[in-house]
Amino acid sequence: MFAVLIDQFWSLTIAGIALGFIYVLISLGYTMVYGVLRMINFANSEIFMWGTFGTVVTSRDIFHYTQTSEPATGAKLALVLITSLLMSMLVAGLTAVFVEFVAYRRLRMKGTNRLATLISAIGISIALQEVMRLLTSSRPVGSPRVLEKIILTEVWGANIRLDTVITIIAAAIIFFLLERFIKLSRMGKAIRAVSQNEDAAKLMGVNLNRVITTTFLVGGLATGAAGFFYITVFEYTKFNIGFTMGMAAFTAAVLGGIGNIRGAFFGGLTLGLLEVYASAVLGTQWKAVTVFIVLVLVLLFKPNGLFGEAVQTTRA
Amino acid sequence: MKIRNYWNLRDWGANLWEGANRPKRVAIALGSIFLVGLLPFAGASFLATPIAAYDAVLVYPVGVFVLMALGLNIVVGKSGMLDLGYVAFFAIGAYTMALMGTHTGLNTWEIMPFGIGFAMLAGVLLGLPTLRLRGDYLAIVTLGFGEIVRLVVLNSTWSKGPNGIANIPMPPDIGPLKFKLDDQKVFFWVVVTMILLTIWMIRRLSVRRPGRAWEAIRQDEDAAELMGVPTLKYKIWSFTLGAAVGGAAGVLYASKNLFIAPEMFTLNVSILILSCVVFGGIGNIWGVVVGATILGYLPDRIRFISDARLLVFGTVLVVVMNFRPDGLLPRKKREKAIVKKEVNA
Repeated sequence: MFAVLIDQFWSLTIAGIALGFIYVLISLGYTMVYGVLRMINFANSEIFMWGTFGTVVTSRDIFHYTQTSEPATGAKLALVLITSLLMSMLVAGLTAVFVEFVAYRRLRMKGTNRLATLISAIGISIALQEVMRLLTSSRPVGSPRVLEKIILTEVWGANIRLDTVITIIAAAIIFFLLERFIKLSRMGKAIRAVSQNEDAAKLMGVNLNRVITTTFLVGGLATGAAGFFYITVFEYTKFNIGFTMGMAAFTAAVLGGIGNIRGAFFGGLTLGLLEVYASAVLGTQWKAVTVFIVLVLVLLFKPNGLFGEAVQTTRA
Repeated sequence: MKIRNYWNLRDWGANLWEGANRPKRVAIALGSIFLVGLLPFAGASFLATPIAAYDAVLVYPVGVFVLMALGLNIVVGKSGMLDLGYVAFFAIGAYTMALMGTHTGLNTWEIMPFGIGFAMLAGVLLGLPTLRLRGDYLAIVTLGFGEIVRLVVLNSTWSKGPNGIANIPMPPDIGPLKFKLDDQKVFFWVVVTMILLTIWMIRRLSVRRPGRAWEAIRQDEDAAELMGVPTLKYKIWSFTLGAAVGGAAGVLYASKNLFIAPEMFTLNVSILILSCVVFGGIGNIWGVVVGATILGYLPDRIRFISDARLLVFGTVLVVVMNFRPDGLLPRKKREKAIVKKEVNA
């Protein structure tokens, strides 16, 4: 049972870290919106799904790569990858702003019950998923291989592949930039102010609508970047991939303490590793069950997450 | 102050009921039940569904959705706990029916108590540790529970995994009423009976101690606890009663469908049922019935736009929630009634 785990420990670890970084970026979408609105952004999984299509469309329709064409190299490779990344972020960012505008804004202004907002978000997430299902005729979409999965080196019997290295490094950079943005910029300060106390922030002259739109945008950008890395590693997408990834990322956010950006970082990595190890020990079909059991246990014994503030007491 | 009477179906209905004396009330109730019982015969009218058989649509999704929405309403509407894993109880009921129906010689009505019992047991087991959580956190734990039940069923051998269980027996005939696959009127009447029993149960409970406790918990749990309401006990009661209704719906569904598979018990079902509750008017029995009827019926009625029907469904949810955030038939606002009284005095 544990033989596979011990045998392939290091390659599993690397795969887990790469997956973990994808979770980190998606869970930023959840955690930031939660911080500001105190509400789960139910549509974030679909924002991620739309983001993955940003990358596929870029490499397939803009750069005309096909399933059989040669992978790119050198400067061309960098150009395609960076364009794809930006495209995914753009698509997901705009989708997130759209979601906020259509599903959240009116209800928020009215100040009505939270359940109505939740259902509205569920509605928009069904609609987003269905639009993509109709566009792709319910078929899975394979991404052309732009980046050849070269084995760079071998460490302790584990192959270090180029795509995992790019994912880990680039995702870490994007996370770092976003974290600095929240910490240092004027807008980031406003976002933190709103998440601490909405009314006080408003009295201090913070433009609430702009802050909330920006939060959705930034969360969407991070989620979109995750979409790009997902395609780079798995080279495949479908209209319904959002749910599993979204659930796992949400678990990661809760694990780290929802509303807390650094928490999302540790939560994402922990969950990525845990999921990969669990698949090796129990088999992949129990992967999702592990995720949920972890989620339930964390909520029961450490409801504020590993790094979270006391959410239950801060909520009015 | 602007009085908006022209769209207020709820007040119209409530006034009609309150203005009536006892014989009149009995007449209204019997009349409506009779009309609802006649629904399966209206298949030739504008109500007809283009592709699916009309009388089958009335049983599932419409009837089963109404039943489950009423059950979920006890949890979400009455006591204000957000449950996103309601499908788990439905699945437990359905699998109880499937396993006991194929392995023992018992019939649907004999299995029904077991299905309800197992669902209630699951409700208590899940409720005891988790009902201390609140709000979104409870929502996520219940969501996780729903998925765990589905994944366990999907990956186990006793449940035949993704293949599902076939050859589930139909209910035995009740006197002259025969259960048939191609004519599901009797199924519909059975569902309606179960719905009426559920409505009766909820109405009885609502005006008594549990109903008052739930109302207090929904409005302010801390205050309720301070006033001496044993909140955990009543929350578990509410959860368990909701589970019982879900389990009953599951038993009936399995017995009607003759075949069940894990893919029928996805998160989408929980979300749909919750949508029925919120869409119709959370907390208000009649609102929930209306909401579940519309949301169960709509996708089949608009099958002519076949592929885009879920897209329309999602859009309808967004639009209705934005313009009527309390649902189509919102619950009576107590405050409103109090203000009125003070003005009159």
